[in-house]
Order: sequence, then C-alpha cells, then structure tokens
Amino acid sequence: MKQNFYQRIGELVHQETLPNGLEIRVVPKPGYAKKYAFFATRYGGMDTRFQHDGQWLDTPAGIAHYLEHKMFDTEEGNALQELAKNGAEPNAFTSNAITAYYFDSTSKFEENLEILLKFVSIPYFTDESVAKEQGIIGQEIRMIEDNPDWQIYHQMLKALYQQNPAKTSIAGTIESISHITAGTLYDCHKAFYTPSNMILTVVGDVEPAAVSELAQRVLPRSGGPVIARDYGLEPEAVAERENQIAMEVSSPQFLSAFKCRPPERGEDTLRTMILGDIACDLLLGESSPLYQRLYSQGLINGTFGGAFELLPGAAYLYAGGDSKETRTVAEEILKEAGRLVREGADESFYQRVRRASYGFNIRALNSFENIAASMTDGHFNGYDPFRFPEVFDSINLDDVLDFLRKNITEDRSVFCEIVPKEET
Amino acid sequence: MEGIRTRLAEEVYLTYLPARKFKTSVLSAQFLVPLREETASGFALLPPVLRRGTVTCPNMGLLSAKLDRLYGARIESVVRKIGETHCLGFVASMIDDSFTPGGERLLEDVAGLLGELVCDPATERGRFVTNYFESERTNLTDAIRSLINDKRAYADRRLLQEMCAGEPYGVSRLGEQAGVEKLQAGKLYTAYQKLLSTARLELFYSGSASQGRVEQAMRAAFSSLPREKVEPLLPVTRHAAPDAPRTITESLDVTQGKLGMGFTCKSRDWPALLLGNTLFGGSSNSKLFLNVREKLSLCYYASSTFHRSKGLITVSSGIEFENYQKAYDEIMAQLQAVQNGNLEDWELEAARSTLLNAYASMQDSQGRMENFCIGSIATGQNDSLEDLARQVRETPLERIQEAMGSVALDTVYFLRGKEDAE
Repeated sequence: MKQNFYQRIGELVHQETLPNGLEIRVVPKPGYAKKYAFFATRYGGMDTRFQHDGQWLDTPAGIAHYLEHKMFDTEEGNALQELAKNGAEPNAFTSNAITAYYFDSTSKFEENLEILLKFVSIPYFTDESVAKEQGIIGQEIRMIEDNPDWQIYHQMLKALYQQNPAKTSIAGTIESISHITAGTLYDCHKAFYTPSNMILTVVGDVEPAAVSELAQRVLPRSGGPVIARDYGLEPEAVAERENQIAMEVSSPQFLSAFKCRPPERGEDTLRTMILGDIACDLLLGESSPLYQRLYSQGLINGTFGGAFELLPGAAYLYAGGDSKETRTVAEEILKEAGRLVREGADESFYQRVRRASYGFNIRALNSFENIAASMTDGHFNGYDPFRFPEVFDSINLDDVLDFLRKNITEDRSVFCEIVPKEET
Repeated sequence: MEGIRTRLAEEVYLTYLPARKFKTSVLSAQFLVPLREETASGFALLPPVLRRGTVTCPNMGLLSAKLDRLYGARIESVVRKIGETHCLGFVASMIDDSFTPGGERLLEDVAGLLGELVCDPATERGRFVTNYFESERTNLTDAIRSLINDKRAYADRRLLQEMCAGEPYGVSRLGEQAGVEKLQAGKLYTAYQKLLSTARLELFYSGSASQGRVEQAMRAAFSSLPREKVEPLLPVTRHAAPDAPRTITESLDVTQGKLGMGFTCKSRDWPALLLGNTLFGGSSNSKLFLNVREKLSLCYYASSTFHRSKGLITVSSGIEFENYQKAYDEIMAQLQAVQNGNLEDWELEAARSTLLNAYASMQDSQGRMENFCIGSIATGQNDSLEDLARQVRETPLERIQEAMGSVALDTVYFLRGKEDAE
C-alpha cells in the first residue's frame, strides 16, 4: 500500500485502489485499544433517480435508508448478532449522499471486518422480511417527525432547493416506503454496492496489508459501471423565501439559510468547506461581534449556532436556534454580512477566528468516526482531507469577505420557523 | 479508580491521567454537592453565570477572543446529576502543545482561565453582574421549558420524576422553572461563596504534560480558593417502592407515543444486574431490540438503562398509541425471559463482550474518562476499569438470574397524542 505521512498533523495514511475499484484507507492510531472500520457506498437519500442497465429508474423516496436497514439480514440470520458476539458495536447510517456501515471493537478485529464486508456485499432479502421492516421504519419516521430539529432542517432544505433531491427526506414517508419490495432493493444493491462505488476506511492499530488482503478475498472481483444520477438542474434562486410550521415546542425556533455556490470537485471542495466555516465564524460565531451583541440583548441563547455544509450540487450556510424574536435575528445576520462586506473586518479578529478554526480541525483528528467520514467524503469528491493545514495557509481575509459578498445576500436567503402550537 | 489522584488542598483533589495518543488535552474542575430540590436551580445557574466573565476578561467577547487565540480552546459550563450528587463546573479542552504551529504551550493559560472562571468572576457592587444574572436566569428557564421539545428525553425524565418523587434522584439536574424564578442575585452570590469554601472540588487532567507541570498549573490557578470545613456528600437514599405499580398517562400533540417503564432492583449484586440489564435492553442485541423491535416491529427504539447508584432499571420506547398493551406485554415477557434464564447460547457471550468492549475502549476518549472518573468519585466506587471488566467476566448466569429475579415493576409512564386521548 502507498504511504503518506502528514508532518503538520502527525498522521499517517496507507492508501490503495484495488483492481475491482474499491478504495482503501488505513489510518494507524498506535496506543488506542479501539479499532474502527467504516465501509461506505456513494448512495444516499438523494439518489432516487439513476441509470441502471441503460434505463432511467425512479425509485421511492427513502429507499437507500430502507436498504441500509435490511442489509444486516443474512442467510444465516443477522450480522448484528454475529458482530455482537465478538463485542463489536456495529451500526449504520444513511445521509443525503452516502450510506455507511461501521463498527468498533477491541478484539477479533479481522474476524469482525470480514463479517462487515460480507454482509454489506451479499444481499439477502425476502418479501416477508422487507414487509416487516415497514413497521420499524414507520416508527423511525414518526419519531423524527416529532423532532423539531429534524423538522426545521428539512424545511430549510425544501426552501432552498427547487430541483436538487437534497430536499427529499432521507427516510422517505410512510407512503413512499410502502412501495418498496425485495425486488427494488436487489436492483439498488446491484447498482450502488459495487466495489468501484465504495470506500473502506480503517482507523486504529492494525496491519494495513491484512485489511487489503481481506478485502480482496471477500469482495467481488470486479467493480461496476459508473452510475449516472439525476439531481436535476438547480437554478440559482431559492425555492421559497420562507416557511413556517407549528409543533409542540416551548418557544419559537428558526433557521436562516443562504444558498451558496457549490464548489468544483477536487481541492476546491476542501477549500470551500474551510472558507465557508471561517466565514460562518466571522459572521456569527461565538466570538463575533454579532453573537456578542445578540446574546447580551437576550435575542439569542446557547442554542444559537451556525454551520456551512456541502452536498452534491448544493452548498449552504445556515444559522438558528431558539429565539423570542426569530425574524429580528435573521435580519441582523443579513445586516451584519452587509456590514462586513462594506467595512471589512479587523485583521487581528480574522487571525484569531482562523486560528480557532484550525484548532477545531486538529481536534477533530481525535475522532475515528470523523477521520473515516472525511476520508470517505474526500474520496467521493476528489480531495485529500488531511491537506487542511496547506489549505488554511492559502486563505486570507479577502477570500472570506469575497465569500460573504457572493453568498450571504438577501436574494439567496430563506427563513424557516417553528412556532409553538396554540393551546387548545 | 483510574489515574493518579492527589490532594492539593482541603478536599481539593487532582486526578492526573497521562495520555500521549490524543491531539488534545482535557482539564476539568467540578464541585460536588448533594442534589436537593431546593438548591438544584441555583447551583445549575452558577456555571453559566460564571462563564459570562472574569475579572481579567469581564465579558464573553473578551473570553472568546482569548480562547480563539489559544487555538480554539474550549471551556464549557457543565451541570451533571450523578447518582444523588449535583456536579457543577467547567470542562476545558485544547489542542496538545505538540500540534500548535508555533510550539506554544497552552496548558498554563487554559488552567489559569479555568481558575479565574471559578474563583474570580466579574462582579458589580459585591455580587454577580445583574445583567449576567438576569439573562442566564432567563436562559435557564428557557432550557428547562425546552426539555419538552425532545419527546424521548422528556418522557425518560418524567418517568424518573414520577418514580422517585420526593427523593433526590427524582430532582432534575437543572431544577424546576418555579425554583429558577425564585432565585435572587444577592442570595446566589452568597451560595456561590459558600460553595467555594465548603464544597468538594475535583480537578481532572488528561494529556501529555508531566504530573508536576499539571500540579503546578492547577495549584497556581486555584491558589485563591478560600477553603473552610467541607460539607460531606450524602449516601444515596434507597428507593421506596410503591405497594403496587403505578401508571401515569399524559397527552401532548405528538405523532408517536412514548412508553417508559421503571423497575426497582432489590438485589445489590450490581455486576449481575448490569449484565442482566444488558441482556434485557442494554444493547442492540438485547431481548428488547430483537423482540419488541425486530420480531414484532412495534418500534424503532426500545432500550433499558441500569441506574447503578440507585438500583433501578428504566425502559424507554417509542410506539404507535394503540400498541401500548402489546408493547407493555412484550417488555414484561422479555424481562421474565431474562429472569428465567431463557437465553440462547450467544446472548450471554454477546452481553459480556459488549460491556468488556465498552470498558476497553473508554480509555480512547478523554471526555468519557473524565465522566468516568468524576462519576466514580461522586458515587464513591473505587473500582478500576480492569476491576469492572473482571467482575463482568466472572459473574455466572445463576447470579444474573437471581439478581434479575429481584427486579419488579414500579412505575409506568405513557405519553400519548391529544386527539387520541379523547
């Protein structure tokens, strides 16, 4: 395997592309008892329309997530129990862009890795087992529907995007998942769970060559074709300027979001991520003048926060929390962006925000989950996540102000709110 | 116990845990006091009020600027309930000195700021800054009111509140809204001064610095702490079980029902109870997961928690309203199965492995070790992770059955929808 040592962050990465197209990354972590494996496919809630055997297929919303639930079934029983016997803690998630299966364990790592690779690559569904899952996922959907944080985030994506399927709920609806059958699950597995559409990341004190050998032994010999996906043609304009729903919550909460220009594939993606994070901190982070002012006026509290996120074909900066005057806070964010663009920011303020952001990235290297997720995202989007120190070097205050000027504008903004239900 | 614990002053201890593998260091300062209804909200308000400013950094803007310059070091105010102990203070973390681009040393500065937050808050006219007191009191009220937003956590909390009504364990870590409303700036400052001089203070460090350097930094940071006679922590009260199980039903405008069930454990054989609970609902291979979820498809989550210090087990699940009886019956049937030792071969092995894996990997997280160390101290248990693992390995099925046999239903809490209730 190819090795790359990153002096500035003290990390080593072993890297290999197998003949079947599978990407492998091994990040050694000497001294840790835990070993962690993360096996991901570039297939998420967004991928409902794609080309398979020359045909465009439209699949029900929620299917990638449904498939994730059913992958744990094996002909012998259930992979969860197999892993549990060895004390491994397995789990999986489906995001907009990927599905990932992972476990950590402190013993029998290779045995566990083999179980993981097998159950993810060998589907086993029956009509009965697929039908039974409707009840479980139905309850998962009900649970998130009652969750205001999920609701408002979903409302925000719906307001931002006209075409991009990021606006589709990852879990789907109780209605949409009722159309899922064993047949559709097999089709989707065949299309997306090919080694060439996947990456395996292992973090921990393991023998890198053993990981590669195991993957070559267990996984299919050949990869699959490149999958054409249809994310629609997203216009610059937002879908709706604002929306509001009522729920059983104690006080109003809001998200104010800005539809940003998505980056190019490659290192531009990493650069945009870092730029967006710094811009967000400069505009409304805890040490920003805006945050200080709004907090001391009682307009925001500890629930307030913001972030910059990327999805295929989508980029957005958002902020929100609980507030008694949600609209005022949203207006203040926009005003502050305008002020920064007009007047600029103090270089020393910028330098300390940048320094804190750098520290945040160093700190994230403690987390095995975070390392694996960033390796995965880096591979699917063509950048090397461990090059962040170099990318930080390349960014200056003018870049950040330019980002704010282009993206944080009124016509790119949406406002979403949850208000408490009136007492009946 | 893990790490090296030394006494720095009257009832002030430092737990030192050397670790070189992390990118960060963690520092923590925690006061331990008995959890009581009448003091809960006041103590819960102290860390956020203190976090607003110190003598040298009198507002949040200056504090944040200082932390930014320390490469985004963090100091979070933390309020925990551990058994029947109220634990309040700050947890700080910063990148390890070996990763600062200029080789800057951060430990002394962060420790200094931590000490200032505890000992030298910004004040006006000999008490907390009025504006800080008022706004954090509003925030605390909002935080208590917003507990209803997360329906699962809300239902879990309501169950404990009902089950342990009148006992410290039923008191919420943030106290109640009514308690917050009664707080006064002057009285809170007096309570703070009393806390400084009479409450046990536990300091914690995990990172690559030498013990000597950490001790010196902490001694310097807390040198102005006035110490008097320290009030002892109280032993946990034994839960008084009702004669017959009680059922509490509430309605909110929700789409999913929440069924919570609380059980008392008469047995004191905690390794057996811990294993029994893991078998019952403590992992994603437990009887509750495999039956209530996987077999009957009644829910997305159904799990149980063992409250060791209090000898309780609680079950938490989210279900369709009309499935109440089905879920209730199945949960009881699965408890019975554990009590009867009705297990497949792999189940006990899996439960042991799950716990052993959790102990073995705990040392891989500084945050979890901080919580483990403070938790052990607060509940007076002296076992190391290795001791705990050994007990889990050595407990036979008969002991698990016997201990779980003492588990009895105490309180049921059901949260249902509004229309449904009519």
